[in-house]
Amino acid sequence: MAVSQPPFQRFLDAHREDVWRFLLASVGRDAADDCFQETFLSAMRAYPRMRPDNPRAWVLTIAHRKALDHFRARRRRAVPVGDDLPDVAAPPDPEPRDDGVWARVDALPPKQRGAVLLRFAGDLSHREVAAAMGVSEEAARRNAFEGLRKLRQEMT
Amino acid sequence: MTEDRLAPPTFDPVDAAAAAARFAATAPADVHYALVDSPIGTLVAASTPRGLATLSYADRFGGTDGVLDWVAARLSPRILEAPARLDDVRRELDEYFQGRRRDFDLPIDWALVSPFGRRVLQATAAIPFGGVKTYGEMATQAGNPKASRAAGRALGANPIPIVVPCHRVIGASGRLTGYTGGLHRKVALLEIEGVVLPG
Repeated sequence: MAVSQPPFQRFLDAHREDVWRFLLASVGRDAADDCFQETFLSAMRAYPRMRPDNPRAWVLTIAHRKALDHFRARRRRAVPVGDDLPDVAAPPDPEPRDDGVWARVDALPPKQRGAVLLRFAGDLSHREVAAAMGVSEEAARRNAFEGLRKLRQEMT
Repeated sequence: MTEDRLAPPTFDPVDAAAAAARFAATAPADVHYALVDSPIGTLVAASTPRGLATLSYADRFGGTDGVLDWVAARLSPRILEAPARLDDVRRELDEYFQGRRRDFDLPIDWALVSPFGRRVLQATAAIPFGGVKTYGEMATQAGNPKASRAAGRALGANPIPIVVPCHRVIGASGRLTGYTGGLHRKVALLEIEGVVLPG
């Protein structure tokens, strides 16, 4: 029999917990399911022609992009558009999060945030984080380090 | 938080499994499958938007994973376990094994079958409940009376046994000859249908 990709169900079963854990940290409990569905939908579309050497890093990279989409959409909803609108305060975060240190990660600059999430919630190596974010391994390492330092400062 | 690490968030694996089950139940895969219990063993039912593509005995290809690998290689790796999408298959099989159904009304996807094999299997699908025909008769109906061996191979490779009743085809001498799921299953199916075998 010709070598082919394993059935997608097996891929889903192998990676569902890693993706779920990453998304809990990244977007919080309320948005995790939507992002999970989007992540595996994109993965399944690309799956037959993608032959990733590292399927785990591949699917976490997709999850990371879905989390960014989620944040962009939330920011769009929260910011009034147009110049003639009255200057109102942005509505409160629609998804208040109560998951300790991971909720604080939201406030980090995007590159540090991405590196901290992929490294510690996704458990990717610095090299894999670098590939996921399109930066050098050194930059990925520095972003994770700076992000952690900032979190630690805020907590003390 | 330690010096250089951050503990990953805790999570309940049940939540991850539930999210995955929601995905499998709703996402538009090319192939959906389910395991179906029957009195003659577990079956792997897999369908495409066109219809039922296979109903394999789960011990074919060494187990369920082997069956799914075969479907992935032959049809598409976009395969998800979605039992609700195969409710009709499960219901009709249950009715058949309970003696309440003689014909299947399931749409078929012939994608796993060669053109000649399809002619043989479509002729086979027309053999009524409780009837039997010979390999030679099936070859003739498929348009090539000399091809009884090829007809035998096509029936042996039938990806949709029971629903396409290849168990109703036997040797000219009345011998059962062979069956995709093993001869004991062929005997069991013919007994369900009340066929009295010669000898």
